[in-house]
Amino acid sequence: MITRRKVVAGSAGALLLAAMADRYAFGAEASADEPLIALPGKRPLIKRTFRPPNYETPLAALRPQFTANDTFFVRYHLASIPEVDARTWRLRIGGTSAKRPLELSLDELKRDFERVRLAAVNQCSGNRRGLFAPRAGGVQWTYGAMGNALWGGVRLRDVLNRAGVNADALEVVVDGADGAALPGTPDFVKSLPVDRALDADTLIAFEMNGEPLPHWNGAPARLVVPGWTATYWVKHLTSINIEPQAFDGFWMKSAYRIPTGAFPGARFASQENAQTTPITEILVNSLVTSHVNGDRIARGRPADLAGWAWDGGSGISTVEISLDEGNAWRPATLGQTPSSYSWRGFRAALDTSKPGPLRIAVRATGRNGARQPEKLTPNPSGYHHNIIQTLMLEVA
Amino acid sequence: MNALLRYFPALLAVLFVSLALAAGEESVELQSAPGRDVVVARCSVCHSVDYVQMNAPVLDRAGWQKSVRKMIDQFGAPISEEDAQRILDYLATNY
Repeated sequence: MITRRKVVAGSAGALLLAAMADRYAFGAEASADEPLIALPGKRPLIKRTFRPPNYETPLAALRPQFTANDTFFVRYHLASIPEVDARTWRLRIGGTSAKRPLELSLDELKRDFERVRLAAVNQCSGNRRGLFAPRAGGVQWTYGAMGNALWGGVRLRDVLNRAGVNADALEVVVDGADGAALPGTPDFVKSLPVDRALDADTLIAFEMNGEPLPHWNGAPARLVVPGWTATYWVKHLTSINIEPQAFDGFWMKSAYRIPTGAFPGARFASQENAQTTPITEILVNSLVTSHVNGDRIARGRPADLAGWAWDGGSGISTVEISLDEGNAWRPATLGQTPSSYSWRGFRAALDTSKPGPLRIAVRATGRNGARQPEKLTPNPSGYHHNIIQTLMLEVA
Repeated sequence: MNALLRYFPALLAVLFVSLALAAGEESVELQSAPGRDVVVARCSVCHSVDYVQMNAPVLDRAGWQKSVRKMIDQFGAPISEEDAQRILDYLATNY
C-alpha cells in the first residue's frame, strides 16, 4: 500500500499533476491520495470520511486571514445530522445548578443579549494526526482540520446568568442536535469547567465571517471556546445544563484525553485523574501557507515565505526562520492580528541568489513563553501535533 | 415472532440507516475477500467503510481488535461474537 508520506517524499511531479488536475489548484500534499469532494454548500475539500462527514481544508484555502465558510473544515463523530430549522429551534438552559431554567429562540438570543464578535482559530484536537510517528488511530488529518474565522454571537456567560448560576455549579454540559445511528452509541455531549463557561470570551455563535453559520459548521448556533480545541465547540446547540458534579459521558471520560502532566495548558480539574486529563488549550503552532515541501523557486526572483502562527490565546510574540536545521534563527516579520485568539501572519524574505536546496524550519513562540518543540510528545490519540515545521525548497 | 418484535427497533434503525448513506459513499470499495460482506453489512450501519481504508496504515491485528471491541462495547454495535471474529479476521488479513 502506498502511504501519503511515501507519495509526498517520492514525487513532487505527481503532486503537481494532481494539483493541476483539481478544479482549483490546491497545493496541499494531502490531495495526492484523497479526493477533493464537495458537500452541499461547500467547495471541494479533502475527504477523509464520507459518514460521519470529515472533510479537511486544503492548504491553499488556508491562505486568507479568515478561512471562507465554504472551505472551512467539517468534523463529526456521529452520522445523524439533522438540518435544524432556525425558526422552530429552541435552546434550553437548565441543569441542577440553574436557578431559573429557560428556553430561547434564535430571535430571542439575538435580541436579548449583547452582541459580540471575536476572531479565533478553530482547531481540531487531532489536527495533523496523520503526520504522527509512530502513527495514531483516528481521522488521519494533515494540516487542514483548522481554520480562522470571525465568530458572531452572544456571551455564554450572559445567557447562563439569565438562567442564574448557583454557587455549587461545577461544570456546564453542552449538547447539540447531531446524534448516533444506534441508541447504544454515546451522544456527543461535552462539558466545560464553570469558570471557562463564564469567561467573557466563550460565546454562543450564530454567525461566522458575517454570515449565518453554515449547516456543516453548526447552524443555527454553536459554542465558541476560543483558545481551546474544537472538541468543545459543540455544533447545532440544543441544551446547556449547569451542573454541580462532573459530567461522566463517554466524550469526556474516555475520549479527548491526554496523559496527565504531559502537556502545558489549562487544567480541567473536575475531569482529571492520575493517568489522563481532558485536552484543553491549543498549543503554540505555525503553518507555512506560501509553499509546500518540494516547491521550486526561481533563482534571483524575490520570494517570501509566509504563513500563520497561533496559540491558545496568549498571542504570538515571535516567529523565527532557520535555514541551517535549527542552529541559527532569525525573526520573521509579524502582521497585525484582530485578536489574541486569531492566527497571526508571518513573512520572511528568502535568499534566492544561489541555486540549490533551502532547508527551512519555522518556529513560533507565544506571549506566555511557550515555543514549538522539535519532538512530538507521544500520546495514544494523536493530539497536540505542534512540532516545528520543516520543508525543503529548491532554488533553480 | 417474539424475537422479531423484540429486535424490531434495532431492525428499523438498521433499515433507516441503510437508506441514509452519504452521497458518494457507494464508491468506497473494500478488498474482495471472505468476510467483506459482514464488514460492509455491520460497520456501514454507523459509518462509511472508508474508515477501514483510512486506518489501514495505522492498525495491526491488535489495533483492529481494539477498534472492533470499542464499536461493540462502547458504541453499542449489535454484533454477535461470531460476526466480530469474522470482521476482525477480514480486517487483520486485508488491511
